[in-house]
Amino acid sequence: MIFSGSTSSYNAMGELTLGEQLLRRLNLDGPLLVAVLALAVTGLAILYGASNADAGAVYRQAIRLGFSFGVLLVVAQISPQFLRLWSPWLFAVGLVLLILTLHSGHIGRGAQRWLSLGVVRFQPSEIMKIAVPMMVAWYLHDKPLPPHWKQLSLLAAIVVVPVLLIAVQPDLGTALLILSAGAFGVFLAGLRWRVIILLVVLLAVATPIVWHFMHDYQRERVLTLINPQRDPLGAGYHIIQSEIAIGSGGVFGKGWLHGTQSQLDFLPESSTDFIFAVLGEQFGFIGVLALLGLYGFIIGRSLYIAVHAQDTFSRLLAGALTMAFFSYVFINSGMVSGLLPVVGVPLPLVSYGGTSMMTLMAGFGILMSIHSHRKLVSS
Amino acid sequence: MARVRIRNEWLERHQFTLRIVVVGIIGLVLLLTVAARLFYLQVINHSHYATLAEGNRLHDEPVTPPRGLIFDRNGVLLAENRPSYEMDIIPEQVDDLQATLTALGQVVNIRPQDLKQFDDLLKTKQPFQPLPLRTDLSDVEVARFAVDRQNFPGVDIRASLSRYYPLGPATAHVVGYVGIISADELAKLNPAQYISTSQVGKIGVEGAYENLLHGSVGMRQVETNAQGRAVRVVSYTPPVPGSDLYLSIDVRVQQAAEKALGNDSGAVIAINPQNGEVLALVSKPTYDPNLFVSGISTVDYANLSNDPSQPLFNRVLRGQYPPGSTIKPFLGLAALNYGVLNPFKDLMCPGYFYLQGNPNPYRDWKRGGHGEIDLPGAITESCDVYFYTVALKLGIDKIHDFLTAFGFGESTGLGLMGEQVGVVPSPQWKRRTLHQPWYLGETVITGIGQGYLLVTPLQLADATAALSMHGQRFVPHLLHAIGDPLSGIVSDTTPHALPEVGESDPQAWDLVIKAMQNAVASVHGTAHGISYGAQFSIAGKTGTAQVHRKRLGVFGEEDESDIPKALRDNALFIAFAPVSNPRIAVAVVVEHGGGGGSTAAPIARKVMDAYLLQKPGDKPTAP
Repeated sequence: MIFSGSTSSYNAMGELTLGEQLLRRLNLDGPLLVAVLALAVTGLAILYGASNADAGAVYRQAIRLGFSFGVLLVVAQISPQFLRLWSPWLFAVGLVLLILTLHSGHIGRGAQRWLSLGVVRFQPSEIMKIAVPMMVAWYLHDKPLPPHWKQLSLLAAIVVVPVLLIAVQPDLGTALLILSAGAFGVFLAGLRWRVIILLVVLLAVATPIVWHFMHDYQRERVLTLINPQRDPLGAGYHIIQSEIAIGSGGVFGKGWLHGTQSQLDFLPESSTDFIFAVLGEQFGFIGVLALLGLYGFIIGRSLYIAVHAQDTFSRLLAGALTMAFFSYVFINSGMVSGLLPVVGVPLPLVSYGGTSMMTLMAGFGILMSIHSHRKLVSS
Repeated sequence: MARVRIRNEWLERHQFTLRIVVVGIIGLVLLLTVAARLFYLQVINHSHYATLAEGNRLHDEPVTPPRGLIFDRNGVLLAENRPSYEMDIIPEQVDDLQATLTALGQVVNIRPQDLKQFDDLLKTKQPFQPLPLRTDLSDVEVARFAVDRQNFPGVDIRASLSRYYPLGPATAHVVGYVGIISADELAKLNPAQYISTSQVGKIGVEGAYENLLHGSVGMRQVETNAQGRAVRVVSYTPPVPGSDLYLSIDVRVQQAAEKALGNDSGAVIAINPQNGEVLALVSKPTYDPNLFVSGISTVDYANLSNDPSQPLFNRVLRGQYPPGSTIKPFLGLAALNYGVLNPFKDLMCPGYFYLQGNPNPYRDWKRGGHGEIDLPGAITESCDVYFYTVALKLGIDKIHDFLTAFGFGESTGLGLMGEQVGVVPSPQWKRRTLHQPWYLGETVITGIGQGYLLVTPLQLADATAALSMHGQRFVPHLLHAIGDPLSGIVSDTTPHALPEVGESDPQAWDLVIKAMQNAVASVHGTAHGISYGAQFSIAGKTGTAQVHRKRLGVFGEEDESDIPKALRDNALFIAFAPVSNPRIAVAVVVEHGGGGGSTAAPIARKVMDAYLLQKPGDKPTAP
């Protein structure tokens, strides 16, 4: 299996190479590291093409990537046991900050997502992207699986409370990502199929109710997805221009820096949420397949790490974080290509901006920690 | 029974691996769905989206052709294009049009008629087309807008060319003017050609030769960004400038005529009999055509249209006057043509004329009469009694046919808009329009150019030119030559000859012309006053036409100077010179001017002097 590609290559003397020694010393996973770095570098190149060759933007993004990679290196050194011990506390801090944000957060672009800590402003919802899967894994780590009804209701509270707090900010994208992380965590814990079927039925019943409580702009996005032409200059504009960008790229693309949709500003948010369309326009079907392949490899390798994790907490945490990452990729590429409504989910490690990048890198740090802190006894 | 659940590490691990496989498959399927969607967009529907992207990117921008210039026959500029600044609005790019218009009003002067014009255009043009709000912005207005520009998305200032008439009122009734295209006009124009043109010729030469002057629109294909700003030019088809027009007008003659008319209301038109070219066309009072170019203000327009002297009224084309005695040479020719009398047999003119069964006399303008007089004498001295007889002998039908052959009662074909045709009456005409029978007395007064007979100054000059050429007629025209601005080639227009008219016997022409010549040269002639110092031979005929309908047919005894000006007679004069080789034919009408010989004839003399006394080396100078 390609995701299990051994990192251990021995030289003629039967010793680890210098690189292997270094990776082991730093608690890193070679294949995942290479894939993540390749994705980051590719992302910088796409960003350069999306921002009208704005070297400044690429430079700032590179600084963020470097800093976030530092976070990955640090987190990779923390053992899963330590992470497990701190999970409830991190979750509690995140919850308090979320409530504070609702009270005194900064309003940016119509949503109250930002909390100011002196000079630094950040989104507490980012903490929850890690804290919720950790909390789910922590809660289940000493319970017999699959979880019982009572446990399930508590798990539901762990997931739904922060999701609701984020959804009312309103930040539907992040709420969805956290919901999916928590839900995947519970699913991986062995949620019985009959419960799953029941939940699906409940969801079908709940949909009209949710629709009733949705903001107008959120309804608009859903309606626009069904028919972008109903408001071509308003809500449908993003999707139409995005589809034009992708479709006009064809098989091989228009070439790097030669996308008319992105270069001439027809594509909105071309450096951030819609950067996938830039890739589609400039590098064509080949380009988007290659990127999806890279994402697929990262997800596959991460699932491999999850399967080989040695305790319940590590397994569930690795699996949930991986599937959260998958949700990122699927929701973003799905919305940009017109399969899903427009929700504010960036393309992980490629979209311009720093808020999600650090959380993502921390997540990969946790995955590497889980993989490298295995005790070399059982298998 | 409480069940104690015991953890089974192996089972949990197996379960987890199974679940990982499940989510892995779900993930793979979803990512493949995205890939399939991308395949649909990029491979299957690529050409559709490529077309849409090109449509986003490339825009065709029309390039307005510069309007052709208008010169006089000697190259004196009559209409030119001056650089000016026009404020355009692209409605589609403006969020709140009303607020923008209000805010713009603080920056530049926007008059109510600008808003009205803009509203009209808004209804007819596409929202992505730039619509002119104001033309001819001042430098100060341009500067003020430039400072505030960022507050006005969708509003732009475009440097364009604006029409200017250097001679202003002097040529207004010939050259006409351009104005902002109205919605009605737009419906009649080719929308593709006028997509970026904001002005169109409304009247005069500007209106008549719109198709020559306009040129054809060019196209610039530009790459634009999402804000609509041009990033670069992809391809360029230059516009074809409008043709330059060289009018047959001679500005020196035109100005001499204007000056000679002075402050009187009236018309002067001079035609070259050899080819029909109009040398001067003056209608007084006149107006400044430059007022109309960027949309005339309501106050200015009200002043012009309410002025009782009607400055906007082109009297040369549209003024319909009784010709008075100027009709006599044509009736004399008719008498010879039909052989209704012996021209050398004297008739007794006692100063009055009785029609059988009518106790009221038809008087002669000369109290006491002209005595014994023949046809040449009757023309020279303008004997009314003789021509009462001529008219009776001819009968109204022959008069009608003959005058019609000279172009009276019909359009001359000059080509300017609004030309009136006058009236050459006939019993049929009277029955048709007035539903009344024809009376013999009406034939009598037609003999001296009164009654229902109405002519325009243009027709009068046209007929005089034909008379001077012994019946050879040309369609009067204003276009002397057309200049191609690209090649610089100026090509003359060809005169358009008409079938000959009137008497085929050259002696008849000579007789009438000689009599007209005597009207100027002879001491008995009615226009003798203009003979002094003339360096060329002139043939002419005066006319003094009654305006006051009450006195129609029964000449009063009042002295002209006792009558209020508005009731005074119109003074007319027709002439051509030199007699043997006519180069200019003139018709003059001075409204309420009194006597044709005293008022109208001197004007014609000045016009002929201005044309015929030009030395070959004379350079026309723009004033």
